[in-house]
Amino acid sequence: MQNWFENKRFFWATMLAPTVWFLAFFVAPMALVWAYSFGENAGPVNIAITGTFGNYAKAFRPEILQVLSDSVVLALIATLICLVLAFPVAIAMTFADDKTKSWLLLLIMLPFWTNLLIRTYALIAMMRTEGFINFTFAFFHNIAVSLGFNLGDYVPMELLYNKSAIVIGLVYVHLPFMVLPLYAALDKLDRSLIEASLDLGAGHLTTMWKIVVPLALPGIAAGLVITFIPAMGAYLTPDLLGGPNDLMIATLIERQFKRANDWPFGSALSFILMYVTLIFFALRTFFEARGGKVSAH
Amino acid sequence: MSKKPQRAPLEYSKSFRLRAWIFGVLLFLYAPLLILIAFSFNDSKRNIVWKGFTFKWYVKVFENDALREALFNSLIIAVLCTIFSVILGALAAFVLWRFKFPMKGLLESGLNLPIVVPEICMGVGVLMFFNKIHWPNDLPWPISLSQIIIAHITFSFPFVAVVVRARLESFNKELEAAALDLGASQWRAFTDVIVPHMTPGLIAGALLAFTLSLDDFVITFFASGPGTITFPIKVYSMVRFSVTPEVNAASTIIIVLTLIATAVAMKFQDTSPNKENA
Repeated sequence: MQNWFENKRFFWATMLAPTVWFLAFFVAPMALVWAYSFGENAGPVNIAITGTFGNYAKAFRPEILQVLSDSVVLALIATLICLVLAFPVAIAMTFADDKTKSWLLLLIMLPFWTNLLIRTYALIAMMRTEGFINFTFAFFHNIAVSLGFNLGDYVPMELLYNKSAIVIGLVYVHLPFMVLPLYAALDKLDRSLIEASLDLGAGHLTTMWKIVVPLALPGIAAGLVITFIPAMGAYLTPDLLGGPNDLMIATLIERQFKRANDWPFGSALSFILMYVTLIFFALRTFFEARGGKVSAH
Repeated sequence: MSKKPQRAPLEYSKSFRLRAWIFGVLLFLYAPLLILIAFSFNDSKRNIVWKGFTFKWYVKVFENDALREALFNSLIIAVLCTIFSVILGALAAFVLWRFKFPMKGLLESGLNLPIVVPEICMGVGVLMFFNKIHWPNDLPWPISLSQIIIAHITFSFPFVAVVVRARLESFNKELEAAALDLGASQWRAFTDVIVPHMTPGLIAGALLAFTLSLDDFVITFFASGPGTITFPIKVYSMVRFSVTPEVNAASTIIIVLTLIATAVAMKFQDTSPNKENA
């Protein structure tokens, strides 16, 4: 590595463009949001930056707090379901031969590269009242009826537009986020410890619970953070799968800009979301540092 | 404990219960997508009972002017975003890899922010920024996409930088020193020695940027002026109202495009980071 002043012209030539772009189109907009979060609506289009904390105070109103806690709770439930679903997959990947391993990795990652909107739409098509799931249930229902069971007409289940639909959607979208850090952590595990535990008479489940899980804890923590953060800030999932009153923080922010026209409050909410995100990422870095190098890449 | 003696103790991937679990997870991940693709070929408006094979929904997608225009816009945005992101990302990766300079740590972690910041926050920032500087909304067609393109470059190029940086780690710095010793100018050594080594990273990064741009909905939703429609935005407005085979067909086109981009990217990346992780 060279000191920049030993080769000034070349340094400036390569450094200037990305830095200026980053400052102009990322830092400046975010700074603007930050500034506006201390502002007030002054007239229909003008916003005066008055240094007020009123927008942040607004976030503590009961109806807003409700949305914030809903976001956290829904994202948390989805994250835990992801953990339960992903852990056995990560175990299998860790102990599979190289070929199976790369196939599993590819199969888990492939949906991840598919457009988020399209994946959400696919779920809607499955779960709507005239969708595939209800169609299957109606099919078995009709068989039961034709066999003489008196069940009456099939009433389609309302699977969409509620909080459970949001959770299912969040799990569906964020599952790959969980598998990768778990796999990265489990792959570095010292296998002789597991063998020793099995040799000494512990069963597979006991070994998992007492040996593998504690050793993989940093990876589990990283997986929880990596999954929880985007799940909490998700916009499309609650917007398309939730009912009109099932708001999460991102849909609430969107409303401030596109409907309620309360930009300062929307800015404050954005920064609350930013702060929470950054705190969690700092936590993740902390866990990584403690548990050796465990990364998603 | 000796019910299955044919399996070695650590061969969990051969366990039946674990296989059933994985099958279940994969079914959950893939069933909706496969059904979506299958029904884009279904000859029935109702979208649920198989009536026979047809391409007519694809024909309809291409006859739908608004949809075709949206698809075209998205592709133009993605291509321009890719070109700029690769250049900016490669330069950023190179500078961070090659030089020591004041506030380097700040720039390095700063460049990670667009990757971790929630999309909605960036979307809001972009909306307010273009509003504040009074970016004109009524520009002629290709230039009217500039807000979206700028926003896409901003969140894509840090991803490219990460990929290219990973590739640069395997570069033998003595090669550059040798080129300089043999009389090459700094710039010549860069283009003739370092860039060729970067190439797999550049291609992987390019396809990543392309996919990210094609995929993005939230930031585009905020960055786009009233008249500009991209493919995800058009699909969004269609999805809000109904589930139709036409949307299935349009979605299938995008899935196939992304799959191709991903497959090519994996082929190029195969030589570097994946192997090191395995």
